Amino acid sequence: MYEIVQDILDVRTLAQEIATDADGAIATFSGIVRGTNKGKKVLFLEYEAYPEMAVKMMTRIGDEVKETWGLESMRIQHRVGRVNVGETSVVIVVTSPHRDDAFAACQYAINRLKRIVPIWKREVFEDGEVWVEGPTETAEVP
Amino acid sequence: MKVRVRLFAALRDVMGPDLEIELPLGTTVEELWKRMVADEERLSPFADAVSFAVNHDFVAKDALLNPDDEVAFLPPVSGG
Repeated sequence: MYEIVQDILDVRTLAQEIATDADGAIATFSGIVRGTNKGKKVLFLEYEAYPEMAVKMMTRIGDEVKETWGLESMRIQHRVGRVNVGETSVVIVVTSPHRDDAFAACQYAINRLKRIVPIWKREVFEDGEVWVEGPTETAEVP
Repeated sequence: MKVRVRLFAALRDVMGPDLEIELPLGTTVEELWKRMVADEERLSPFADAVSFAVNHDFVAKDALLNPDDEVAFLPPVSGG
């Protein structure tokens, strides 16, 4: 259901795996590596995860989605290691009988992932590299 | 007591991925972090910029540590 993986991600296969006859909508989100950031050319990204905790936090997001929208189909996969420009770093797939819930749950999940799932990216440029820091507020327990 | 400390991203670049640290009973996660920052100058830029996790869950800074806990100090996450 929730995985940290090394391989190329395939959102279409994932969507086909989870859709059932009861579903009327599949919402998918694919995060892809942008070739520039703040005006600088990015060569590739290196992702690192705290895998055990990342899976636990993604599972928590799944529980929250189930609680709010009653949807149990969600899948999340996030890559680690080198991810090239244009490649997919994260996919989220959620199905539901009607589209509104699928859209809402999918957006909620990526926003939440960016706050509580312990994964970090390092941007590699032509002339150096830097760990990207997200906007986590450390004063609170997320 | 002994705890395992795991570090990631910029912190791992400084300290390496894993440490075992001997601590007095009753130590909080924040006390452990302050001790590590005091012992390693290169951690000081991160002093106020980490979240605390114990056994794969976020915890408040005053969480008490127990023997064999897995403690992690997490820079602001940037997945996605």
